[in-house]
Parts: sequence; C-alpha cells; structure tokens
Amino acid sequence: MGITVVEVTKKFGDFVALDDVSVAIPEGSLTALLGPSGSGKSTLLRVIAGLEDPDGGQVLLGGDDVTSRPARARGVGMVFQHYAAFKHMTVWENVAFGLKVRKRPKAEIENRVHELLELVQLEGLAKRYPAQLSGGQRQRMALARALAVDPEVLLLDEPFGALDARVRKELRAWLRRLHDEVHVTTIIVTHDQEEAMEVAGQIVVINKGRVEQVGTPRELYDSPANEFVMSFVGPVNRIGETFVRPRDISLSLEPDSDSTEAMVERVVHLGFEVRAELVRDDGQHLLAQLTQEEAQVLELERGLIVYVKPSRETVFTR
Amino acid sequence: MTARYALRFGALGYLTMLLLVPVGLVFYRTFQHGLHPAWAAVTNPQALHALWLTLIIAAIAVPLNTAFGVVLGIALVRHRFPGRGLLNAIVDLPLALSPVVVGLALYLLYGTGGWLAGLSEHGIKILFSLPGMTLATIFVSLPFVVREVVPVLREIGTDQEQAAETLGAAPFTTFRRITLPAIRWAVSYGVVLTTARAIGEFGAVSIVSGRIEGKTETLPLYVQSQFDSSLGINPTGAFAASVVLALIALMTVLAMRLFRPNAASLAMPLKGRGGFAGTAVSTRLAGRMGSESEVNDSKEGL
Repeated sequence: MGITVVEVTKKFGDFVALDDVSVAIPEGSLTALLGPSGSGKSTLLRVIAGLEDPDGGQVLLGGDDVTSRPARARGVGMVFQHYAAFKHMTVWENVAFGLKVRKRPKAEIENRVHELLELVQLEGLAKRYPAQLSGGQRQRMALARALAVDPEVLLLDEPFGALDARVRKELRAWLRRLHDEVHVTTIIVTHDQEEAMEVAGQIVVINKGRVEQVGTPRELYDSPANEFVMSFVGPVNRIGETFVRPRDISLSLEPDSDSTEAMVERVVHLGFEVRAELVRDDGQHLLAQLTQEEAQVLELERGLIVYVKPSRETVFTR
Repeated sequence: MTARYALRFGALGYLTMLLLVPVGLVFYRTFQHGLHPAWAAVTNPQALHALWLTLIIAAIAVPLNTAFGVVLGIALVRHRFPGRGLLNAIVDLPLALSPVVVGLALYLLYGTGGWLAGLSEHGIKILFSLPGMTLATIFVSLPFVVREVVPVLREIGTDQEQAAETLGAAPFTTFRRITLPAIRWAVSYGVVLTTARAIGEFGAVSIVSGRIEGKTETLPLYVQSQFDSSLGINPTGAFAASVVLALIALMTVLAMRLFRPNAASLAMPLKGRGGFAGTAVSTRLAGRMGSESEVNDSKEGL
C-alpha cells in the first residue's frame, strides 16, 4: 500500500519538527528517511504511524485519508530503535501479541507465530524472555512481532541504531532479503547514509524539518540537489564555491597545465580503498580516494609532492 | 580495617539501642509471665474487635488507594495537563502533614458546624464511626502507591505501550497487558507500604473515632487505652496488642524484602538495554531467592 504525506507540519512548542512536508512512497518500495538527528525524520515516521498528531496536513495510506485514525487502526507495523520488547512476555508471546489482541483463532496464531519465528530465525528461542536475547535477536523478534499482523506498511525507526557495527551490517543485508520476500511497503529511518544507500531503493533526505531531495541512492550521489545533500550522502571537498568528491580528485607525479601542487599529509589504507589527506600550497586541505593499485603506482606516502586536478566538480547556484 | 569494623559496630549499636531494644522489650514484657496471660489479653472481645476493625479499615483503604495511586501515577507521568505540577505536590501533602492535623481537619469538615455536618442529619454518620476512620486512613496512606509507581513508569518509558498500540491494542488492553505487568512490583511494594501505614495509623484515627471502646477502637487505639487504664503499671494488654501490631509490621517488612529484589531485577533489563542477557537472568533468579549479596553482585555486573 502506497503512502502519501501531504503538507504535514508538526511543532513541539517553538521547535518546528516538520515544515510543510510532502512525500510519496510507492507501494512495495523500501524507502529510507535519511537525515541528521533532529531533522524530523523520526517525527515524520511517527506521524505516518499515528503515534504523533500532525498540526496540519494529511497522511494517506493506499489513498485513504488516515490522518485522524488512531495508530491501532492504521494497519502499520512498527519497529523501534530500542526494540520496545514486551519484557514480561516470552519471544513467542511477543510475536503472538498482535494476533491475540485481534482475537484470531488459536490454531492460526500458532501457525503464524511459528512461521514468523522461522522467517526471523528465532525458532529455537521461542520460550526465552527478551532479556535473554542479544540485541540483534531482540530486533528480529520485534520485526516478527510487527509482521505478525500482516501490516500494509512496515515502519522501522532507526532499527539498527543500538546494535554494534557487525550485527548492523548483517541485519541490513537480511532486511534487504526479507523485503524481497515479503514486499510490504517499508520505510526505514536512519541517520547513516551508508545504511540508507545499502538498503533502500528510494531515499528521502530530510533536514531541518524539510525534504531536501528524493531519489535513488545513485541519483543522490551523482546529482545532489544542493550543498546539504552533496555533503550528507558522502565525503566531499569544498574548494571555494565548488564541491568535489574525493573519488574525483586525480593525482599525478607530473605537473599538468591546470593541476596544482599539493603535499601528502597522511595516507590511510582501508583494504581496497586508500585515502590520502593532502594540503595544497595555498593551504587548502583535500581528501582524495584512490584504489590500492593507484596508490601503489604513485608510491604514495607522507611528504610526497603530487599534482592534483578535480576530474569532476559541482557548483550549486544559490 | 579497624575503621570499617568501627563503622559496622557503630551502625549496629545505634540500631540496637534505638530500635531492637525497645521493640524487644515489648516482646519480653508480653511473654514475661508465659504465653497464657498474653493470649488472654489479645483474645478478649475488646482486643479482637479492635483487630477486626483495623483490618476492615485497611481492607477498604488499601484497594482504594491502590487503584487511585495507579491511575494518578499514569496521569502524572503519561499526560500533560494544566495543574499537573500542583497535583504532583498535593499528593505528598499527607507525608508532610502531621496525622493529628488530618484528624482535626476531618473533624472540622464533618463535625458540628462543619461544611459537611449536614450529612449526619441525613443518617450518614461520618465522625465517630467507620466512614470517618476509613477517610482518615485513606488520607494518611494515600501517597505510597503513587510514589512507588511514578519512577517505574518513567523508567519503562512509552515504547512498549506504543508498540502495543501499533499492534492493534486498545488503550485499556495496553494498560492491562503491558503497563500493569511492567509496574506490578512497584504496585505491590506500594500496597505493602500503604497497608503498613493503614494498620499503624494512630493520630488521625484517634481524633475522628471518638475512641469508643469496643466500637471505634482500632488496634493502635486499643494499645493506648490499655496503657492508660492500667496507669502504666501492668499494661500486659497494651503490650500484647503491641506485639500483634509488631508481628503485622514484621510480616510487612518481610513482604517488602520479597518484593524489592524482584523490582530491581525488573528494572535492570530496562537500564541495560542491549546488555548481556545472562546478568538479567541471574538477577531474576537471585531475586527469587531473596539473597541480598547475589542481587548486589548482579548489579555490579551491569
């Protein structure tokens, strides 16, 4: 079911969390709401879920105006950053909660919970309590619980934010696969551009309560709409009014007609990728991204003098 | 090392002199002449009536204060409304006010010339009867459940309740299946404290009861009257009744010890979000065994 947000505004006291936000989320997509903390992305998700009342605007689910409908009647599944596990219930009871509340027949609940625990790979832990699970397991339980009621829309509020880097990476890939299987319209809120690009097919960049750009990960990276998006979706060098991605800075040992001289200050090896921090003779600092091979050819090391030239630069008209 | 022993000895000595010796003396004097006189003293009709009345008042006051305490706690923590701060302060009034003042206030309200004195003309007797004594008891034991529930409600936050809501639970279902189980130990502990206060109340009840022997005399009042009537010379009755009160208090303290570790184990997985599962489990087990040292160990583990 597609989601349409029309001119939604939300204030907390004097603070404007959402400022006239309109977004369309296509049915069956996996969309990321990406933005720094305090940008309003979580508030937007909570408005869609019905956990927060907007001061103005509308929320439509599959074409129905649900703005005044309470969360329990919206058919959304929600996953919270801190799991929101029902601590006094076992994993099985947690997943069964939504079905029990809906007074589904016992046999159906039994089957459905079993099926979901299998889907999230927690079959063996059904009798455990949340306190006996790891963070990753808890979050998978929370996801199974949200999916149990066959939601039209799945909303994930920084779902992997409380997990360590390795588990986060695993769960991202797993979520991607899960979405390919279940096809439920999904929104994931995140402040991590890498996470958004890895998981989502569409990204909505939000800043200061406004939508900055909507697009595929590729579109955001290659043709950012403005300075904010450019610097938020990846590392960037700013030289005066022009912006250059570290990947688009070419280095050579020989001077060229339009290249400038720079000194290597630091070289960071990240496996396949090598990052070089440079300083130009006019004092401008630059970050360059190379492959290991390129770095080897240049014999890149601290103190080396190189000639730099942006191969591709972006200027935003103000 | 010496300092540590001195500290322990000092603390123990202080408690012994101030608490254990006086209470122990009551037990000693009660059973000084054997079990029989003591038994006779607490099983005479007047004493039994006092015990019965005390229990009845507690049986009315405690459930009312529990229900009110939970509702008020939720209102204070989960809702924003004008006058919330004032309400929060008023709840503590019974703790700050001397019970005698409470009794006097009720006396002024329902007694001759009081605003609600008219009630007695319509056959509703408040003063010098069960309703007045119950009102006084409710007043003085009101804050305990609220004060136990509020911090726990704050601690658990709204995540679980909101999750239940998105899963289709109506507000009351969420309260019954999510909120109430999460605060159950705080409520239990509050109930224990309320009960202790309700059973032991003297000052406020003393004023509104009129202290009619065999009619409006609760156990604490009975202790006082026995002490007065024997001029303090051979107050076996007073001592024996005191022992009954002390035993009830002892049971209350034991009940508290049963609830406390559990409350701690329940609060801990919340604090230790994403923490190691094993610690919370061991705390829960330790809580069941009621062993203080193990609970402390688990706390350090987190």
